[in-house]
Amino acid sequence: MSEVQQTDLLIVGAGPAGLSAAATISADRDFRVMVIDEFPEPGGRLLGQFHEERNHSWWIGKIVAADLIIQNTLAGVMIQCGVSVYGLELLPDGWRVLTSKGDIRTKYLLLATGAAEVPMPISGWTLPGVMSIGAAQVMANVHQVKPGERGYIVGVNVLSLAIAKELVVAGIEIEGIALPPDDLFAMEETNPVAAIELLTRLSDAAPAPWMRWGGKLAQKMKLSRLIASCFPKKGVKVWDLPLQLRTALVSIQGVDQVESVIVADVTRSGEIIEGSQREIEVDFVAIAGGLYPLAELAALAGCPFLYVSELGGNIPVHNERLKTTLPNLYVAGNITGVEGAQVAMAQGRLAAHSISYDAGWFACEEEPKLLDAIAEVKEVRRSAMIQFHPEIDSARKRIYELFEHWM
Amino acid sequence: MRKSLRINHHPLLGEMDKKVISFTYNGEKLQGLEGEPIAVALLANHIRILRRHEESGSARGLYCGIGHCMECRVELLGKGQVRACLTPLKEGMEIREGSRLPNAITGRVDS
Ligand SMILES: Cc1cc2nc3c(=O)[nH]c(=O)nc-3n(C[C@H](O)[C@H](O)[C@H](O)COP(=O)(O)OP(=O)(O)OC[C@H]3O[C@@H](n4cnc5c(N)ncnc54)[C@H](O)[C@@H]3O)c2cc1C
Repeated sequence: MSEVQQTDLLIVGAGPAGLSAAATISADRDFRVMVIDEFPEPGGRLLGQFHEERNHSWWIGKIVAADLIIQNTLAGVMIQCGVSVYGLELLPDGWRVLTSKGDIRTKYLLLATGAAEVPMPISGWTLPGVMSIGAAQVMANVHQVKPGERGYIVGVNVLSLAIAKELVVAGIEIEGIALPPDDLFAMEETNPVAAIELLTRLSDAAPAPWMRWGGKLAQKMKLSRLIASCFPKKGVKVWDLPLQLRTALVSIQGVDQVESVIVADVTRSGEIIEGSQREIEVDFVAIAGGLYPLAELAALAGCPFLYVSELGGNIPVHNERLKTTLPNLYVAGNITGVEGAQVAMAQGRLAAHSISYDAGWFACEEEPKLLDAIAEVKEVRRSAMIQFHPEIDSARKRIYELFEHWM
Repeated sequence: MRKSLRINHHPLLGEMDKKVISFTYNGEKLQGLEGEPIAVALLANHIRILRRHEESGSARGLYCGIGHCMECRVELLGKGQVRACLTPLKEGMEIREGSRLPNAITGRVDS
């Protein structure tokens, strides 16, 4: 690929956001659309996800991805995998995109690069066999190879519980899901009270009935401290998972790879109880430090950013129509804040309508579609099974206000 | 023989429908599935050590599995250093542990 490729819209990221945007725009208009992704196959993080819906049917990400890929193929969208984007340059009439397989020139550019995981530097974390919880998910669900026979999970949050459940379904033994040690700098969920507060916000996705009905109440009445004090030291089984909110994973042991972990009991504020340390044999450890928006490309492009903790980190400033402050540059999916795949898909469709509208053809016909798409994102967000953070709406408003101020 | 780490009958996701092929790692002949990432084929063979840290020499392996962290660099004959988690396996590939990158600060250039 030595000569420069040309397109009207280039989408970086073939996850749920990028694929939904491509299918929507090309289904509507005669417009060249290209999607690129550095992973060997399209689908993004959809490929590793599955969960049980409220009606007890299974939502399987691989199937949703396959359906989006068919829609794209039928619409004539070109999807190129194994291509990494490492640079962006604003031109008078669009963008020059630097990739591992040569340059691409495009009029419109949509960044849908998703999220990445926050690492936790626990003692021993560089040993082979220690991986992020997402890596364990990708191994088991995308490639169907076990990350190991028997593992420990460190970090209690929505993603770690959802993935722990998936690992058990795949026949992998989980010895425990414990907290990180409290001396780990600046981590949110390092003590039992904070972890319970987080879990009680999950509502529908809460892993145990007592959390589901107790959650809202506990939150209102500030019962988290009490629950933390009563939480049995040996943990409880939720979703058949050994959730240990009074245990911290202190260190990971092994010569050239993981052989065991040292865990210890902790007080309700997270201090280690001396003498309670014990060694448990495992062959892998999954670290669940939470997700943050993967937004380096927006930074390279020159977008201003706002740090929004409810959305997982630094967010490129954009408006409700998913336009950034730079010409012809749009964002959709987890790059705008960490949420589930269904929200990312709705955002992808919205970005497509926003670009069609700005491209200027049939604006009067596009406007109602654009407004519908905005309403749809809100509706999908409201009814989502998995909420990564509370207060997402008000956090997003802050970004939109900054956009108006900036422009 | 250790138990294989492959999940052969996933209750929800079914079977992997891929061809078995051969490759080598540090000279040892191994088998994997065509098109799966190199790191996955190695893990299925119980191989987790992918390189040694530049300065300390301690063992390193796959960490994020999706191309973000760069921990899984291996040496692929004819290609140089590649991310083992993103590079699809092909018949006859010759792969070695990732070589040490030079250090501009200490001036070390060896590999
Ligand atoms: C490890 C992990 C596990 C997750 N598991 C769940 C889960 O179980 N349930 C849930 O609801 N949500 C989960 N999420 C949240 C997830 O981000 C959303 O569900 C959804 O997939 C976001 O969609 P997206 O299209 O924004 O990004 P993604 O699905 O992440 O897709 C982004 C794509 O962009 C590509 N990309 C990124 N940078 C570049 C570049 N520079 N060049 C080329 N390509 C690039 C990536 O390879 C990727 O395929 C997970 C997220 C992560 C990171």
